[in-house]
Amino acid sequence: MAQIMLWEAIQRAHDEEMARDPLVICMGEDIGVAGGTYKATKGLYEKYGPLRVMDTPISEGGFTGLGIGASFLGIRPIIEIMSVNFAWLAMDQMFNSAAKIRYMSGGQLQAPCVFRSAGGAAHQLGAQHSARMEKVFMGIAGLRVVTPSNPKQAYGLLKSAIRCDDPVFINEHELMYNMKGEVPDAEYFMPLEGSEIARSGTDVTLFGYNISAHWCLKAAEILDKQYNISAEVVDLYSLSPLDRAGIKQSVSKTHRVVIAEEDEAPVGVGSEVIAIINEECFFELDAAPVRVHSALVPQPYNHTLEKAAIPDHEDVVKAVLKLFGKA
Amino acid sequence: MKIEDKKRVLREMVLHRRFEERCYQAYIERKIGGFLHLYPGQEACCNGVMEAARPGHDYVITGYRDHVHAIKCGSDPKEVMAELYGKETGSSKGRGGSMHIFDAANRFMGGYALVGGPFPLAAGIAKAIQLKGGDEIAICFLGDAANNQGVFHETLNMAALWNLPVLFVCENNRYGIGTSIERSTAVVHQHKRVAAYNIEASECDGQDIEVVYEHARQAVDHVRSGKGPFFLELMTYRYRGHSMSDSRGYRTREEEELWKQRDPLFILRDRLIEAKEMTMADYEAIEKETDAYIENEVIKFAEESPEPRVEDLEKYVFADRESQKPWLTGNAA
Ligand SMILES: Cc1ncc(C[n+]2csc(CCOP(=O)(O)OP(=O)(O)O)c2C)c(N)n1
Ligand SMILES: [Mg+2]
Repeated sequence: MAQIMLWEAIQRAHDEEMARDPLVICMGEDIGVAGGTYKATKGLYEKYGPLRVMDTPISEGGFTGLGIGASFLGIRPIIEIMSVNFAWLAMDQMFNSAAKIRYMSGGQLQAPCVFRSAGGAAHQLGAQHSARMEKVFMGIAGLRVVTPSNPKQAYGLLKSAIRCDDPVFINEHELMYNMKGEVPDAEYFMPLEGSEIARSGTDVTLFGYNISAHWCLKAAEILDKQYNISAEVVDLYSLSPLDRAGIKQSVSKTHRVVIAEEDEAPVGVGSEVIAIINEECFFELDAAPVRVHSALVPQPYNHTLEKAAIPDHEDVVKAVLKLFGKA
Repeated sequence: MKIEDKKRVLREMVLHRRFEERCYQAYIERKIGGFLHLYPGQEACCNGVMEAARPGHDYVITGYRDHVHAIKCGSDPKEVMAELYGKETGSSKGRGGSMHIFDAANRFMGGYALVGGPFPLAAGIAKAIQLKGGDEIAICFLGDAANNQGVFHETLNMAALWNLPVLFVCENNRYGIGTSIERSTAVVHQHKRVAAYNIEASECDGQDIEVVYEHARQAVDHVRSGKGPFFLELMTYRYRGHSMSDSRGYRTREEEELWKQRDPLFILRDRLIEAKEMTMADYEAIEKETDAYIENEVIKFAEESPEPRVEDLEKYVFADRESQKPWLTGNAA
C-alpha cells in the first residue's frame, strides 16, 4: 500500500478510468496543458490528448452544460470546476439539466457525469474564494454528493462516481490536496453511499466530513488523553444521501452528539443530521446535539477575523466538554 | 423539394397545426395542465430544417415549444398527447409535461424549460458525436430571445473552438413572451451576432418551407461535412400567444393579420394548387382526415390511457438501484 498525496489519488483514478474506457473524458479550466490547478489531472493531456482532456474557456455554465449534454450520449465526463465559488455559474445546468433529466424524461435519458470542485476556506482568500457550498448541493433530487477526507476516499469515490449512472458532485477541499495517506495498490471502489467510523468510541459521537473529519479526529485524541472521554468519529463522506442507518447506529451507542462542519450553520449538514436523529432515534439522546460551524459572515480577509470565523478541533473539544458539563 | 415530398410535408404540417389547435381546446377543457406553448405559424421552420436533415438519425434538442419538433423526429402523436394529459403512456411517462417531451429512440433529446439551457447541451451532444465518430449532427432549435443568455455566447465560442457538428436554428418570431425583439435586443438580425465567433450563418424567410429547406440544406451539409457549427436564422411569427395566459396586448391585430397572410401552410398549399398538384377540395379532405385521426386515435389514446401509479412517484430520480450496487454499496470487482 502506497502513501500518496490526495491530488495523486485523484490523478490516479482519472488515469485508470481513462485508460480503461475511451468514453471517459475530463474537462475544466487549466486542467490540460497547465496540468491542473491542484495537479489532479497532471500528465493526462500528454497521455490522452486534447479531445479527451479539454482545457475549457472560463465559461462554467457553458462547459458544464456541454459535459452534461455529452453524457446523454454515454460519454462520462469528469468536469472540474476550479473553485466551488464558481460553481454558482454552473448550477443551472447541474440542477436543471443533469439532476432532473432522468426524471423528466421518464427514465429515457441519464447524465452519468462527475462534477469535482474545490471548496473551503484556504488562507485569506477572502469572501469570494472561501465558500463551503455543500449545503447547496445536498438538497437536490437526482444529484449525489460525496466529499473525501483522505486520499483513499478521494481515489475510491472518484472511481465509483465515474462508473455510476447518476450525476455525482465531489466536494474537495483546497487545503487537503497535499495531504498524504494510504491508498491500496489494487483497484478500489468506495461506495457512494454510507459513512465510515474513523475512530470507535463510546461516550459521544463526533460527526464530521472532509476537513471537519480531521478536526473531530484531533479532538477525539485530546478528549481521550486529557479528559478521559471516549469519542466516536463518524465520517459522513456521503452528504447526499446521508447515511441514516449509520447515524442512528452511532447515536444509539453513545447517546451524545456533536456535528462539526466548516460551512455556516443555517440549512446545513448539522441541521440535517439533527433532523435525521429526531426522526430515527430521538429517545436515544441523553443531551441536545451541538453544532460546531462557521460564523454567518462573508469570509473576512484579515487573518485574525478569518480564524475567528472558521472553527477547528478546539471548538469541537469545547463543544464536547460543554456537553459533559465540564466547561 | 420534390413534389411528393412537398405533398407529404403539407400533410404533416396540417397534422402539426391541428394537433396544436386541439391542445388549445384540451387546455381550455382542463385536460392539459401547466404551461402550454403552441407552434402555429412557425411550422415551416421545423419542417424545412428537418426535411434537409435526417429525422431519427440526427439529434434534436429544443425549448419548451416542443411538441412539433418531437413529432417531426418520429414521435407518435398519441404519446405526445398522452404526455400532455400526464399519462403513463406519454412520451416521458407523464413525468415531463408539455415542456419536457423526450423521445430518445428517435433521438429527440428533449424540450427544456430554461430559456437558453439547451445551447450547451446541444454542443455536448455534438462533442459526443465527435468523440464517437458518427455522421450525425446535433440540431438545436431555440427562439430569438434565448440569444440574450450568457450560455448562448459561451456555447458559440466552444462550438467554434472545437469545431463541433452542431446546427443552431434560431426561430426568430420577434418576441420573447411580451417583449418585442427591438425592445430586448440591440441587434434584431440574430445571425449578425455569431460573426464574432467565426461561425458561418445565414438568415431567411421562415414562412416559406422551400426557402427554409434550401437554406437548411446548405447549413446541414456544412455541419455534416465537418466544417464546424452553423447558425441558421429563420424569420417567423407565432400566431397564438406565448403560452395560454397571454392576451397579446404587446402587439397589434394588424401585425398579426399581416403575418397570417403569410401562413406557412397556405403558402405551400397554394403553390401546390397553382401547380395543379392538388385542389382545394383535396386540402380540405386532408384537414378532415387529420381532425378525424386526432380525435379518434390521438385524443382517444390520451383519454383512455392510465395515470402513473403513485407508488412509482420516486421512480426515475436515480438509476435503478440493483444495476448500481457495486458503486453504491461497494463490493465492486
Ligand atoms: C432562464 C429563464 N428565464 C425566463 C424564463 C421565462 N420565459 C419563458 S419563455 C420566455 C421567452 C423566450 O422567448 P424566445 O427565446 O424568443 O422563444 P419563443 O417563446 O418566442 O419561442 C421567457 C422569458 C424561462 N423559462 N427561463
Ligand atoms: Mg421568440
